Amino acid sequence: MSFLSHLINGISLGSIYAIIALGYTMVYGIAKMLNFAHGDVIMVGAYVCFFALNAFGLPPVVSILLAMLVCTVLGIIIERLAYKPLRAAPSLAVLITAIGVSYFLQNGALILWSASPKVFPTIFEGTIRLFDGQLTIGLTTLITIAACIVIMVGLTLFTGKTKMGKAMRACSEDKDAAILMGINVNRTISVTFAIGSGLAAIAGVLLCSAYPLLQPTTGSMPGIKAFTAAVFGGIGSIPGAFLGGILLGIIEIFAKAYISTELSDAIVFLVLILVLLIKPAGLLGKKTVVKV
Amino acid sequence: MLSVQNINVYYGKIHAVKDVSFEVNDGEIVTLIGANGAGKSTVLKTVSGLLHSTTGSITFENKELLRVAAHKIVPMGLAHVPEGRRIFQAMTVEENLEMGAYVTKPSLVAEHLENVYERFPRLKERKKQIAGTLSGGEQQMLAMGRGLMSDPKLLMLDEPSMGLAPILVEQIFDIIKELRDHGTTILLVEQNARMALKIADRGYVLETGKIVLSGTGAELLNSPAVKKAYLGG
Repeated sequence: MSFLSHLINGISLGSIYAIIALGYTMVYGIAKMLNFAHGDVIMVGAYVCFFALNAFGLPPVVSILLAMLVCTVLGIIIERLAYKPLRAAPSLAVLITAIGVSYFLQNGALILWSASPKVFPTIFEGTIRLFDGQLTIGLTTLITIAACIVIMVGLTLFTGKTKMGKAMRACSEDKDAAILMGINVNRTISVTFAIGSGLAAIAGVLLCSAYPLLQPTTGSMPGIKAFTAAVFGGIGSIPGAFLGGILLGIIEIFAKAYISTELSDAIVFLVLILVLLIKPAGLLGKKTVVKV
Repeated sequence: MLSVQNINVYYGKIHAVKDVSFEVNDGEIVTLIGANGAGKSTVLKTVSGLLHSTTGSITFENKELLRVAAHKIVPMGLAHVPEGRRIFQAMTVEENLEMGAYVTKPSLVAEHLENVYERFPRLKERKKQIAGTLSGGEQQMLAMGRGLMSDPKLLMLDEPSMGLAPILVEQIFDIIKELRDHGTTILLVEQNARMALKIADRGYVLETGKIVLSGTGAELLNSPAVKKAYLGG
């Protein structure tokens, strides 16, 4: 029974990684850049939700929506101010800028909200008992998994069925050809950042519901792990981010439960290195030949 | 319809297009011929806004294009089928065509799609197929069909015969003639000078970024200079 419990917890943690990884992978797919500030947008989302709940006493649903709104706008602003001017710059310059934005957000949070950790309130209270009480699952765990599935299905429908979603796929494949179709590539990139950042807000709330200590660095480790998950699944691939996130969560929880809590992160990255040695493009990644 | 006056385009320090001027009139097939690297594709990319000229003017139906954002040029009625086809490999045939109609009024898309399927029945048979799995000839048809989905007044074709078997090349050129006969104006860039000049009303010869010769298709076909340089004697 503890195996099942670990598995469910792993899927739940993996769901959070998957939601974050979706943001990484969509932005990478379309803008061909690694937005290392993505993890810190999660932290901002969590803070917004925290203050909406605690300081303004707003209902949870409103607080989450507010966090999504703020992060969506933040994502668009970051893209406009920091990344758009570098559209033609070498990718290393964009990468360093992204790291800069990451520190900017962390330090901004430090000034605004101080370094002392805040205890995130419980939004989803309750547990479900199965098998005569032998297996207890928290409501947060279930909601996290459900949210991830809903987001995954929603994104699949969006990119597969809608005009904007198809335009995003066209841009990610060939920007110049997309322009020749009359697609506004800049707007498409903005929409991608907006969606990714909105999802980051949801991830932030779910993360802090599961691990309720909130501080300015809260987003950085999950951000890096979700980036790892995106690479693990095949960066640029939406199903890859989902699969990579879930697997990474399961591996991490199993490593904690059966091997060593201290070494769990090292084990996660060890698995990643092994997978990339065998499949350099990630589990579902396409082999791409870069022309030089 | 299209008037290009004294454009100059640079790739970094390389002066790729030098003071090029030409005209395309309503209902014509006009061809730009020249060797590899003469600047033909660069000219097309400048007209469609992917590249920028530092001088001169490009007017399409009396509207200046030079400072218009590239994605706003398609809705004006100008479609560009790029060199190497550049279809969206991971999308289906029909999704590619839908992208071609991105700026088209939604109420007209179904009609345009039917027209393209009528012209290229092969595409209809394969509409659910992933575009990257099509043969070279089918991919060229898809690229042209995608260009036609916006029902352009002027269609610019960059090397539509590239990499195709002779029988397919004939087919593609027949289709280009048909399009002209149905009222679409064509600006055709080709390395296959003989084929291009045969169907063209007028043509221009580009050499290292400059227009060195112009005339009707027949005049250029019979010109000793063109014969020597581009038609193998």
